[in-house]
Amino acid sequence: MSDDLYQQQILQHARDETNRGRMDDADATATVDNPMCGDRVTVDVKISNGTVAAIVHHTRGCVLCSASAAVLASQAKGQTVGELEAVAAWLNRLLKDDGDAEPAPHWQDLAIFGPVAKHRSRHACVLLPFDAATQALTEGRPQA
Amino acid sequence: MPFDVDAIRHQFPILRREFDDTALHYLDNAASAQTPQVVVDAVANHETTSRANVLRGVHHLAEAATQAYEDARRTVARYINADRVDEVVFTSGTTAGINLVAHSFGARLEAGDEIVISGLEHHSNIVPWQLLRERRGIELKILPPTADGCIDLARLDEMVGARCRLIAVTHASNVTGALTDVSRIVDAAQRVSAKVLLDGAQHIPHGTIDIQAMGVDFYAFSGHKAFGPNGIGALWARWSILEGMPPFLGGGEMIKRVTFERTTFADPPHRFEAGTPPIAQAVGMAAALDWIDDLDGEGVQTHLSALTERLLGGLHTLDQGRGLIKLIGPEGLQARLPVVSFVVDGAHPHDICQILDRHGCALRGGHHCAQPLMDHFDIAGTTRASLAPYNNDEDIDAMLNGLEDAMKRLL
Repeated sequence: MSDDLYQQQILQHARDETNRGRMDDADATATVDNPMCGDRVTVDVKISNGTVAAIVHHTRGCVLCSASAAVLASQAKGQTVGELEAVAAWLNRLLKDDGDAEPAPHWQDLAIFGPVAKHRSRHACVLLPFDAATQALTEGRPQA
Repeated sequence: MPFDVDAIRHQFPILRREFDDTALHYLDNAASAQTPQVVVDAVANHETTSRANVLRGVHHLAEAATQAYEDARRTVARYINADRVDEVVFTSGTTAGINLVAHSFGARLEAGDEIVISGLEHHSNIVPWQLLRERRGIELKILPPTADGCIDLARLDEMVGARCRLIAVTHASNVTGALTDVSRIVDAAQRVSAKVLLDGAQHIPHGTIDIQAMGVDFYAFSGHKAFGPNGIGALWARWSILEGMPPFLGGGEMIKRVTFERTTFADPPHRFEAGTPPIAQAVGMAAALDWIDDLDGEGVQTHLSALTERLLGGLHTLDQGRGLIKLIGPEGLQARLPVVSFVVDGAHPHDICQILDRHGCALRGGHHCAQPLMDHFDIAGTTRASLAPYNNDEDIDAMLNGLEDAMKRLL
């Protein structure tokens, strides 16, 4: 029986401990909850010249949520707030458009979440880490 | 009629559904039970022969609709053995019933009065009291859970003091399946002249109850958990309390006379049924309660106990002594409903349920609207199998096979 949601790539990302944890000297932090399942993601970021200098996540969530957080944390360094917001918007479209959207540059790994599109109840699992990152970065964005 | 699971299954058309050629194994009855053809027929018959608004018109259909609606109230009263039919208020469900009590009974409470709930409660028996706390300045006290997912009644004396006005607890946990020892709750309440509300959402599908013998004051439940339609439920309240309670929602049907200067209110239960009620749904719920009542209760209980035992034994076997699978709730068959929650170390409930779904098994994974209980056990959620009379050995075995597959894939 094949189940695209639990393909090896997703499981490998979910088990990736590289950027898991908390950061004592973060410039911004956000914690978001998925009210449907109780999952929780905390993202800590350091911001330098408007780009992400460092990022870690602390995720209490399912495989999809953990894998999404791992991809996010592995790719976010060097990105501007605006670029990350665009990636989050793209990921949202990927899920809404049933996987037809082209992967954003540097974020090809996110295409593994395409099969989630047909599982409406799981969209929030994938988006939760990006919600946390966007929220943290918005809070940490220098005031104009 | 002696209990025959195949005959029961035959009455539920939805159980014949397949997904990708995989048979459906519906084990999410604690969220919503399925509905038998007799209930579908009762609703359809009402809608095609007696549909009209109630308690208003004088024409034939209005009379028939009113008769059907009030007959449904009589069925509910009989099912719970209410002293008076007019103690039964139709609501949209358990949540609405508890909110009604919080707004109406709660309106008479004063700052410093106390309400005792438990750590096992569904959000619908937590949040209405928190909102009341904000409105009236009452205090909320929490009876903690025991290690095996029951209400810790040893803490009753400590929690129920002179200012306690209400103890509001679940009749049976929607997460752990643990049954509440109602007599101890009632004894504790009566010592300080407090009232008792039971959240009966989980218990109501498991057979008739005797509300008078239990000695409680409020009982709220939903139709959809008892094989009935959505959008309907009932609140029972002792008449001596109900008759003095102020209205919650205002509108049509709940008044005696309205002028711009002053409105007088109808007697209960209509005082608490503002607006056009869910009439066909009430008829459907009554048909569902009659359906339950017609079952061989002892046979159902024996059947569900055997299935629960098969499930608990299967989990134990699957674990192979590794300590990966942990029950969140009572370990035995005593004082429990056929509701079994568990966690698998290293596997998230949503991932488990997603893989179980590929095996045709419908289970609920998550916090089950009981986040404080999840926090108590320091878990994000559980995987929950909840059984109904139409479940059979194949359902349990399919679930155990699916869980074995999920553990292989996820761990």
